Amino acid sequence: MARKIIEVSKLGKVKAFWRRANAFAEEAYNAPYRSAIARAQRDQDDLFMLLVYSELMGIPNPATFYTMELQPLMLERFHEWHIRMGMEHSPLDNMRCC
Amino acid sequence: MNSIFVLIAGIVAMALGYFIYSKFVAEKIYKLDANFRTPAHEFEDGVDFVPTNKFVLWGHHFTSVAGAAPIIGPAIAVIWGWVPAFLWVIFGTIFFAGVHDAGAIWASNRNKAKSIGALTGDIVGKRARSLFMIVIFLVLLMVNAVFAVVIAGLLVDFNSAVIPVWGAIFVALIIGQLIYRKLVGLLAVSIIGVVALYALIGLGPVFPIALPETFIGLSDRAQWIMILFGYAAIASLLPVWMLLQPRDYINGLQLFIGLILLYAAVLIAGPNMVAPAFNTDLPANTPSMIPLLFVTIACGAISGFHGLVAGGTTSKQLDKETDARFVGYFGAVGEGSLALAAIIAACAGFATFGDWQAIYHSFGQGGVNAFVAGGASIISEGIGLSENLAQTLLTVMAVLFAGTTMDTGLRLQRYIFQEWGAIYNISWMQRVVPATLLAVGACLLLAFGAGGADGSGGLMIWPLFGTTNQLLAGLTLLVITVMLVRYGRPMYVTLIPLIFLLVMTVAALVLQLHTFYNQQDWFLFGLDIVVLIAAILIALECGSVLNRLRKGEKELE
Repeated sequence: MARKIIEVSKLGKVKAFWRRANAFAEEAYNAPYRSAIARAQRDQDDLFMLLVYSELMGIPNPATFYTMELQPLMLERFHEWHIRMGMEHSPLDNMRCC
Repeated sequence: MNSIFVLIAGIVAMALGYFIYSKFVAEKIYKLDANFRTPAHEFEDGVDFVPTNKFVLWGHHFTSVAGAAPIIGPAIAVIWGWVPAFLWVIFGTIFFAGVHDAGAIWASNRNKAKSIGALTGDIVGKRARSLFMIVIFLVLLMVNAVFAVVIAGLLVDFNSAVIPVWGAIFVALIIGQLIYRKLVGLLAVSIIGVVALYALIGLGPVFPIALPETFIGLSDRAQWIMILFGYAAIASLLPVWMLLQPRDYINGLQLFIGLILLYAAVLIAGPNMVAPAFNTDLPANTPSMIPLLFVTIACGAISGFHGLVAGGTTSKQLDKETDARFVGYFGAVGEGSLALAAIIAACAGFATFGDWQAIYHSFGQGGVNAFVAGGASIISEGIGLSENLAQTLLTVMAVLFAGTTMDTGLRLQRYIFQEWGAIYNISWMQRVVPATLLAVGACLLLAFGAGGADGSGGLMIWPLFGTTNQLLAGLTLLVITVMLVRYGRPMYVTLIPLIFLLVMTVAALVLQLHTFYNQQDWFLFGLDIVVLIAAILIALECGSVLNRLRKGEKELE
């Protein structure tokens, strides 16, 4: 019984080591490219936002029925976007976020 | 002399450099402060600014600066004998590269982690910033052309590596998917990737692949160059996670494995340096050692390319300012140790002096092929791998490095063309595919124009590439020097390397100009003039800035 406990803790140690090494490898894999990938994702998100708010800019959107409910959810991201684009306030007359 | 002594002397000197000189520079000159709030903490956003473990950061810095260049340069420069190359690599690493890399991280860290290009504009002036951009464009142009020529030469000479080199792309693609879809943990993936790569390396010598000697009027080297640029163009258009990221990761592992294998083999086999300490029987076309040595070995002694990595990415992830010493200086030491291995492989890996001389029969010869041939014979003697297998292994290592650099380089060059399109309102140039084609076209022109395609010219363009790299380093050193003066600290630590570099670079360019004129190589002659103009402008800029500083006018602008 006692021996088994020791074995388990040894196994636990190996597992813990594996986990730590894995986390280290993951960091080493991701750190160099984190910004490039995050930026690519941000570009795609911006495109999606354009789709959601397209009617507000006069672009007809056949999926409005579905995207309408997303509008309030994306308001925060919209605010972040116009700040990032160097505009202090929302550029759309009919939509104010700040 | 036995290569073990060379190896140990080099390692001991660089270790002393790290433990003594870098401590002095970090504490007394840069005054790195553990309590300074680094940009990674101040602007932490999970995208660009992320405080990162210093070992991870070192690994990233080291693997992104250590590529094929610290192998090629020293393996060409040993033509003057191994002692000059050895001394320049060791003293260059200790007094130039380490100070430059750590300094670039420090300078960027103290200025909101801006890139060195932006810092040149802020600290030195707008003209210097424009110069910086021109030199970067030249470096990228040359690096892509030179590496394509180098890879083509390797694939022709060591055709057992063709399968593993191209197979590695598929391994990377699969690994990229496994990780992206979170199917397997990273450690398991790393093991799978390395095993798959080495299985391919084992397969390579069994199925060597050679292209036809001529195909629609193109030599086999020229065909490889075309294929390589075709690959690089497609690769540079893919999202980074798909190919570049897993490739880079495997290359990093491969770098450590290759270095350990080489060092272990040298220690076990202990081959003699068959190359002369100082070559008195130089081939007829060899230029004078001073100044050419100092531009032939750029990466491995000091290289401006490091500044781009240090300022653009490393400084944004610095957890503590004191980490700059380990990441920057020790990163340079890592690269110096790769250059040292290249020197030993190219000088001790041949049976007799006659064999060595047969390879180094004219300037620009040797290079990475000598590294592979020499290194393979040392590995087969020391560790017992068959020579063919060892050659395949080293070829794959060198090609993977050069290939990843081409991928990154072409991407960056595409951005430059797109930016020009935006600046000058040329709409088609802003699009991705035309910009990529422009970049590829420019590089192809250079690769073929520089006479590398038929393999007869050797790497005549290599020293020219070194000069642009050194000019970049000079600009970074200027930024650090100006900052030191403004903080009221001694500036000789960066000023002396700066002056040395500028003098050697300008002298090398003038000497090369003369050579190209005599050879009537008008293509390289023109390129040399462009670089020379940039070099003179940079020298003038340095002179005027330092003069203003000396007169006590500390606030520039």
